[in-house]
Amino acid sequence: MFKTFPSGGIHPPELKLTGSAPILYLPVPETVTIPVSQHIGAPAVPLVSKGDYVKTGQLIAAGQGFVSSNIHSSVSGKINKIDTIIDSTGYRQSAIFIDVEGDEWIDSIDRSSEIIREIKLTTPEIIKRCQESGIVGMGGAAFPSHVKLAIPSGKNCNILIINGVECEPFLTSDHRLMVEKAAEIITGVSILMKALNVDNAMIGIEANKPDAIACMTEEASLVRGISVHGLKVKYPQGAEKQLIKALTNKEVPHGKLPLDLGIVVQNVATAFAIYEAVQKNKPLFERVVTITGKSLTNPGNYFVRTGTPIVRLIDAAGGLPEDTGKIISGGPMMGKAVNNTGVPVVKGTSGIVLVPLEDAKRETIKPCIRCAKCSSVCSFNQEPYLMMALAERGLWERAEASGITDCMECGSCSYVCPANRPILDYIRLGKSTVNKLKRERNAK
Amino acid sequence: MSLTIPLTILSLSLLAFVSAVILYFVAQKFKVIEDPRIDEIQAILPAANCGGCGFAGCRNFAEALVGADTLENLNCPVGGIAVMTAAGNILGKTAPVFDPLIAVIKCNGTAEFRSRTSNYDGAPDCRIAHNLYIGDTDCSYGCLGNGDCVRACTFNAINMDYETMLPVIMDNKCVACGLCVKACPRNLIELRKRAKKEKKLYVACSSCGKGGTARKACKVACIACSKCLQICESGAITINNYLAYIDAKKCTLCRKCVTECPTGSILEFNFPPRKLKSELETASISG
Repeated sequence: MFKTFPSGGIHPPELKLTGSAPILYLPVPETVTIPVSQHIGAPAVPLVSKGDYVKTGQLIAAGQGFVSSNIHSSVSGKINKIDTIIDSTGYRQSAIFIDVEGDEWIDSIDRSSEIIREIKLTTPEIIKRCQESGIVGMGGAAFPSHVKLAIPSGKNCNILIINGVECEPFLTSDHRLMVEKAAEIITGVSILMKALNVDNAMIGIEANKPDAIACMTEEASLVRGISVHGLKVKYPQGAEKQLIKALTNKEVPHGKLPLDLGIVVQNVATAFAIYEAVQKNKPLFERVVTITGKSLTNPGNYFVRTGTPIVRLIDAAGGLPEDTGKIISGGPMMGKAVNNTGVPVVKGTSGIVLVPLEDAKRETIKPCIRCAKCSSVCSFNQEPYLMMALAERGLWERAEASGITDCMECGSCSYVCPANRPILDYIRLGKSTVNKLKRERNAK
Repeated sequence: MSLTIPLTILSLSLLAFVSAVILYFVAQKFKVIEDPRIDEIQAILPAANCGGCGFAGCRNFAEALVGADTLENLNCPVGGIAVMTAAGNILGKTAPVFDPLIAVIKCNGTAEFRSRTSNYDGAPDCRIAHNLYIGDTDCSYGCLGNGDCVRACTFNAINMDYETMLPVIMDNKCVACGLCVKACPRNLIELRKRAKKEKKLYVACSSCGKGGTARKACKVACIACSKCLQICESGAITINNYLAYIDAKKCTLCRKCVTECPTGSILEFNFPPRKLKSELETASISG
């Protein structure tokens, strides 16, 4: 019997259309737009100016402050301009526009396909390399990895959890990566184990990916301390706290971090990026993106340079279907609809989902009858309908007391609501307002 | 048997007397002495409990008025000068004179001027749309059109115009309580000084984007070209963050900036119709 987290959760249709599509390389586009903020934390500051020639992998924007990340050029060519664009966050942000000329990489990157398993770097060197290479969590939140790896004094890490769950419907980028790059990922995991000084690593993979479990188990058997665990298919198992509960049966208390239990969670794609950064000296400027959708003629998985407009991906997948209602960056449950096809792929983009108009439509909102379906699927055992009501009325103190900031916005409540109420919309509003009020209070 | 009724009457009367005595002393002990003027002032306040004065309700405002040393900085925008003078008379203090204000919406991005780039179908709430993304047009400063201000107004002074998808403020109903100002997540509503005959003249744009970006998103955006700044004789216009602002206290309502503005982002309301150039010339010749 496969393990899972006990309370709440849903099982939306999996629709993994691209589970057996091998990862292809998307041709380098003519122009790329690289946002300077692709991570949580302070935006990076551009180091280049208009007219400069940059090589692939060159540092073009440096992270500022503790929680921030470096940005590297994903192509070689001339800087066209530094201007604002509307990126996948939905807001106007500063970005570096590059006109592509050839594909000349910086010399320090090892471009051979040979797998290097021996780890030569020491722990501080690994963390430094992650920082220099601009590695961020690639599961979606894009939290800078060097911050997560630097354990503050007084805290101990004893288990490393690797997240290969990919519980979002449609997405298969992590799945394909685990099938095709298992050896690299396992080496990346050993690098992480060395950086965190832990002996145990657990890799969680949902049972709907038996080929990935097989590949990873085979590779993991070569390294001591790494174990692969199949998990029952359930959304939102890929969430940090739910995955910890499923694998270790430990619960992260309210207001605490997994590190307080001695646990660090990293995504498989992050492990792969760390492998490339540490063993091949390749900064993070390329990632696997799933392009999928029911009406697409040729959905697939692609290695995409960051800054590539998503329209290139859509073209590669057979062009934009006429019935497209929404283009979602990320998975259909937690992703965000984008408002134009020029939006660039960033470090945190795991997939692009094209939803037909019929499925994308929102139904009419009806009154809440307190059926408590939302409460029964909430994996935090909260009352989403109540949080929604509090946020709608602007009762922020009560919203805070109801634990609204614990919500990780999985959207299960909105998914099951028979009255089509925009529960998550209001919870997001409440969460951001409560967090803002908290920050103001702490600043005083 | 015959004693039961008189005994009952007696014992109950005794009980009632003792309770009355206790109640009397308790009432004396916990007596709340309240200034009778609070009730008096509350009676003349508009009883809208809108919070426009900065207090939770009219009662709290009445208490604040009675407790205050001077009436400065205390104003009931709904009641205006009449109510404040009456309150001043009760308290024997002079009430300060505040200019009556009116709310204006600093966005004129109708569907005609500002093309839609996406369809927002989330919860019909401006706060959510504002939290989510730049909005269904390319202007990240303009009105989102989900009517938070309409719902916030307790005086039914704001209506949504479903053709332009912009809220409309009715001059005769607006009391400048400021509820809509707080409700708008994009800070588009401003309380401005009411001019004579309800004349209004203001920059109907809040875009802090650079000229090109603003113009691309909306045909009537302020592009901060500073033409209005140069033509203004009263020094009422300032430009900050690529946005012109007309200070209602300095503005003489000469309307020169309105004709000067190349994008038409300065709006005028309730002015007499302009004389045509030819009419002006004939007037000067005959004069």
